[in-house]
Amino acid sequence: MVPVEFRGFAWRHAGRRAQAVADVDLRIEAGERVLLLGPSGSGKSTLLAALAGLLTEDSGEQDGHVLIDGKPAAEQQGRVGILFQDPETQLVMARSGDDVAFGLENQAVPRDRIWPRVREALASVGFPYGPERPTHALSGGEQQRLALAGVLARRPELILLDEPTANLDPEGAQEVRQALRAALAATEATLLVVEHRVADILDLVDRVIALGPGGVLIADGPAGAVLARHGDHLAAQGVWVPGVPLPTRPARTAGDTALRSQSLALRHPGADRPALDDVSFELRQGELLAVTGPNGSGKSTLALLAGGLAKPTSGRATVPGETRPLHRLPARRLATRVGSVFQDPEHQFVTATVRDELAFGPRQAGWPTERIDARVDELLERLRLAPLANANPHTLSGGEARRLSVAGALAAAPGVLLLDEPTFGQDRRTWGELVDLTADIRDEGTALLAVTHDRDFAAALAGRELVLTAGRIAEERRP
Amino acid sequence: MTLTLAPVCDARAPIARVNPVAKLAAAFAVSVTALVAADWLTPLLLLAALVAVLPFTGIRPAELARRLRWLWSAAAAVVLVNAVFAAEQTGRILIDYGPLEISTGALLGGIAIGLRVCVAATAGVLAFATTDPTDLADALTQQLRAPARFTIGALAALRLLPLLAAEWRQITSARRARGLEGGRNPVRRARLFASTMFALLVGAIRRAGRLAAAMDARGFDSGIPRTHAREQRMRPGDWVVLAGALLVCAAVVAVSVAYGVFEV
Repeated sequence: MVPVEFRGFAWRHAGRRAQAVADVDLRIEAGERVLLLGPSGSGKSTLLAALAGLLTEDSGEQDGHVLIDGKPAAEQQGRVGILFQDPETQLVMARSGDDVAFGLENQAVPRDRIWPRVREALASVGFPYGPERPTHALSGGEQQRLALAGVLARRPELILLDEPTANLDPEGAQEVRQALRAALAATEATLLVVEHRVADILDLVDRVIALGPGGVLIADGPAGAVLARHGDHLAAQGVWVPGVPLPTRPARTAGDTALRSQSLALRHPGADRPALDDVSFELRQGELLAVTGPNGSGKSTLALLAGGLAKPTSGRATVPGETRPLHRLPARRLATRVGSVFQDPEHQFVTATVRDELAFGPRQAGWPTERIDARVDELLERLRLAPLANANPHTLSGGEARRLSVAGALAAAPGVLLLDEPTFGQDRRTWGELVDLTADIRDEGTALLAVTHDRDFAAALAGRELVLTAGRIAEERRP
Repeated sequence: MTLTLAPVCDARAPIARVNPVAKLAAAFAVSVTALVAADWLTPLLLLAALVAVLPFTGIRPAELARRLRWLWSAAAAVVLVNAVFAAEQTGRILIDYGPLEISTGALLGGIAIGLRVCVAATAGVLAFATTDPTDLADALTQQLRAPARFTIGALAALRLLPLLAAEWRQITSARRARGLEGGRNPVRRARLFASTMFALLVGAIRRAGRLAAAMDARGFDSGIPRTHAREQRMRPGDWVVLAGALLVCAAVVAVSVAYGVFEV
């Protein structure tokens, strides 16, 4: 366990004009467990990267000091362990045990002491397999636990967690939290954790530091006191403060059928069971149908098939007014019938400006110029993207990129919109914006289907819920 | 788009347990012998030796044949091209059809070249497709003193490859949803391919950056000499494999010379 100190710390990323953080003065005592809160853009990740010694001279400009145990952080890398969000890009090796061993090899631990420490670290995170288990065969939650074992095996005196569960489904996040709880109970290391979902982590920390934009200190103190005094303010800034109620937008009566799925099924060659099997439902105008279920239950496959983006092995998805099933429609016609919004907005961007992005679908559909311009202006206004009309889509913030991908899918006025995990990894403020946006689209008569793990999102908007298990509809619920 | 790097044998098969450096050196010796010899007998004998060794390696023959299926057609093409376009047609004329003329001498020459390609490719596949990439990286670092920056970096990149395949499918679907697809127009297809590739590359670079940061954070390449969790060294069995390969090469050359056909 080591004390940590920021003294007049400022950092500007290379190529950026504004500083990511400015004038940060913080002291964390040895063995303290601290939760770092703040909206996106408050520089939380920058502070963690500085402590992990990852801010190198060629990646930006630093002022002030970052000290671990009184010495510059860059020289103390061996005493620090950091766990990032994305499990996929933290694992290095093909075999689980080798991956944990990787960090020990780098520390020059002798061979005969590596394997006992690997086994110990795997056991401490409850890793359910042996060290030979291929890393690509692990679920997200298991991968993240393995990455945690890789951090713990090095016996760090300072542990940094950068939104460790943000990229995981609820089951995976739960696994990782349990592993963290057990691991932290067994170490005396100083802890600094960044997490939006405060409720999940509150019992692990004894101090909360809240930052505003640019790393300005807003609050600092025991968790309960900080949340009681600043809870509403922090919630408005995007933090998931427990106890602050979430909005709901109940649906009105649904209209006519807008999309019909008849016995949709898909079997991948060589798979032992179909990814999707005999799924039939009707989607009506002005309703939101939530599709839920555990990982691997076929939710995303359903969205692809219902959106006409993949060819079903049997069955068909149709919309009124088209005799052909959706997967056989030419893309430019499909975009006027069914819009699909993917989990990663950047996959959908095909032009260089926000305005072109919105004009793209209508142009493909052959609309006249005046109609396109009117539609684009309307969408820019409605989705509050007007000030960004000439920006490159790839430079937008997470929330803006999400709004743009929804607007792009809506541009050619399809009657149906399919959303894949629309709220995944969003902060509370963006979440609220997305709920309002989705409700507005629904209440204008668009039929919506949302694949989601997010119980709150489904509760706020869905009129019906399809629960999938192992590729089949297990249950249909009405809230 | 599928990327398969699955080995052609179990991890416990005899050939999979041979030290990677010994295996590569053996394959190298066989390939070089085949490529240096210009006659038809030397590569033929080497190919026969490789086939004779197969049952003792623990390789699944069907899997190996599947992995080598491109090779057979490639070798056939090499034979044909070299026979048809040989500098001079010597010996008995086999085919004489307008400008097309193939003689026994040219055909034999073509077969010799095709056989050499077969030997080199088969030996290479036997060595590489039975080697776990991790073991190979370990052996290169520990025995041949290859820099860890290179070997471990390559391993980490290899781990990300399947993700690229999945991402390619996602980008393609996402683009169809936007009204963009190649259809039958080759120009549009090519442009779509290029732009999808670009999107994939942008994502890959971002991922590589994150992976590099994670590796740095775990002390990779921090100036401390690394230790190795798994030891790779030449054991007696590995020396036997290597010596066996050299012996076979020498014997094959000796037979060719004795037979009076050996050429360089």
